[in-house]
Amino acid sequence: MDLPLTIKETQDGLIKKKFSAVELVDQYLTRINKYNKKLNCLLTVTTELAYSQAKNVDKLLKQSSDEIMKQFPLFGVTVVHKDLFLTKGVRTTAASKVLESYVPAYSATVVNRLENAGCIMLGKANCDAWAHGSSGENSDFGPTKNPWNTEYVPGGSSSGSGASVAANLALISTGTDTCGSIRLPANYCGVYGLKPTYGAVSRYGVIAMASSLDSIGHLARSIEDVKRVFDVTKGEDGFDSTVKTGSTGNGKKLKIGIPKEFFIEGVDNEIKNNINRVIKTLEKLGIEFTEISLPSTKYGISVYYIVQPAEVSSNLGRYDGIRYGGNRSNFGDEAKRRIMLGTHVLSSGYYDAYYLNAMKVRSKIIEEVNEVFGKVDAIIAPIAPTPPFKLGEKSDNPLKMYLTDIFAATANLTGIPSLAIPSGFTKTGLPLGFQIMGPRFSENFLFEFGEMYQSTKNSNLKTPLL
Amino acid sequence: MVKLTKDDVFHVAKLAKLKLTSNEIEKFRKQLSEIMSYISKLNELNTLNIIPTSQTTGLENIFREDETDLAKSLSQEEATSGGKMIHNYYFVVPPVLDK
Repeated sequence: MDLPLTIKETQDGLIKKKFSAVELVDQYLTRINKYNKKLNCLLTVTTELAYSQAKNVDKLLKQSSDEIMKQFPLFGVTVVHKDLFLTKGVRTTAASKVLESYVPAYSATVVNRLENAGCIMLGKANCDAWAHGSSGENSDFGPTKNPWNTEYVPGGSSSGSGASVAANLALISTGTDTCGSIRLPANYCGVYGLKPTYGAVSRYGVIAMASSLDSIGHLARSIEDVKRVFDVTKGEDGFDSTVKTGSTGNGKKLKIGIPKEFFIEGVDNEIKNNINRVIKTLEKLGIEFTEISLPSTKYGISVYYIVQPAEVSSNLGRYDGIRYGGNRSNFGDEAKRRIMLGTHVLSSGYYDAYYLNAMKVRSKIIEEVNEVFGKVDAIIAPIAPTPPFKLGEKSDNPLKMYLTDIFAATANLTGIPSLAIPSGFTKTGLPLGFQIMGPRFSENFLFEFGEMYQSTKNSNLKTPLL
Repeated sequence: MVKLTKDDVFHVAKLAKLKLTSNEIEKFRKQLSEIMSYISKLNELNTLNIIPTSQTTGLENIFREDETDLAKSLSQEEATSGGKMIHNYYFVVPPVLDK
């Protein structure tokens, strides 16, 4: 059997009895066993759990399809969770040696919601340890490889989430985005990724990185699938008090802003040309584009590298080897750097100059972005300044690695949603893409926009030959 | 240029309860100085009358009834299941005071 490539194909196949959920799991596990060694996408494969959930799905199929759809909108959908999401009874490591043998006593809200919606969990995805990184190379369990070319990084920090979906080792995956950690792997692996509005999806049970920036989202192979998963994961859960339900309407003629600060020198020409082609394609559909300016966003990454380590140093303070995991000597270099950086900018004598100042510049960026959304419905921009880079290329220069996230920071600092959309390949066959950012809670608008773009392409996403 | 000294690095490592070797101190001193120099770009901005942002939801004071909901609680056994040193469902911690 050919593996289905969308939720609809999966569910149609199950309903029409082209395959059973158990057969589906057989196929995915065969692929995982064949390719996971090469790609290092998954840290744990949950074979037994996957079969037991598949058997439940097969039992559900005895009901009418309308009935199943109503109660289990994601029945049969295979998922891998970034190893930052707590999964009851299944080892959760944050890809750090500190939590190498930690087995949580409860599951994250998102994990529970997807399970209750009929998803089948195949395993836990590799990532940069504690989600600290842009390439996937900071995992204490070895780097994930890009399925399009294993000499290249898959993007991080949700590296295994991106590579798994691209390589068809699962239909969807969960991720976290504190500064591009969903959008970058989606971009570098050539799949769709959603960083929702801050607070749209519960953070409960997801190991915290930087609490004022962490967004919980997911990756998939089509806009429709991204939307269908979001419809299940979003909304209040009674555990995370920052969760809020909102929606921003539209219905007007679409007007998209092109921020000149995101198309500066240093952005790779293939990326610029690709986005220009995207813009031309969409102009033909009647979408209007206009240049805008967000002057303070050039300080975004500086603000981010003060606020984020400050929050990291506080969140990682709890790992003392007493309540869970090993002691602090198990932290890798990147975690140590961020803990020390955060401790420094919060320490007496430096707080005002760094942390307080960064929080003020954050306000300035928010103000500029809000103003721009008075004039345009959304903003189009690159996700990273370059296409995927080679493993090892930036790993001994932390600052160079941090600058990979220069275009990702705006959405996290301002709390707005951003959708990563694949848009072709480089001359050497590596994925290209762009991001579309909208006002807070404008996800449905971003999906509509994404579907318009998707409709201009005549086939499903390709799968790399492995 | 921000130039951190070995003492600066040793000081923050101590505050953060991280034990570093002398090689690590030198490595991090260089790397952190470079990062600090980059983020110090913010000092060129005038931020005098700007109100700082600590969160973007606009939500404040989310209350709930102060009641125990057993369905939302972990048992003592579950809550302590992640610890390496547990005694009668209590965490064993290193001594704080000397005898």
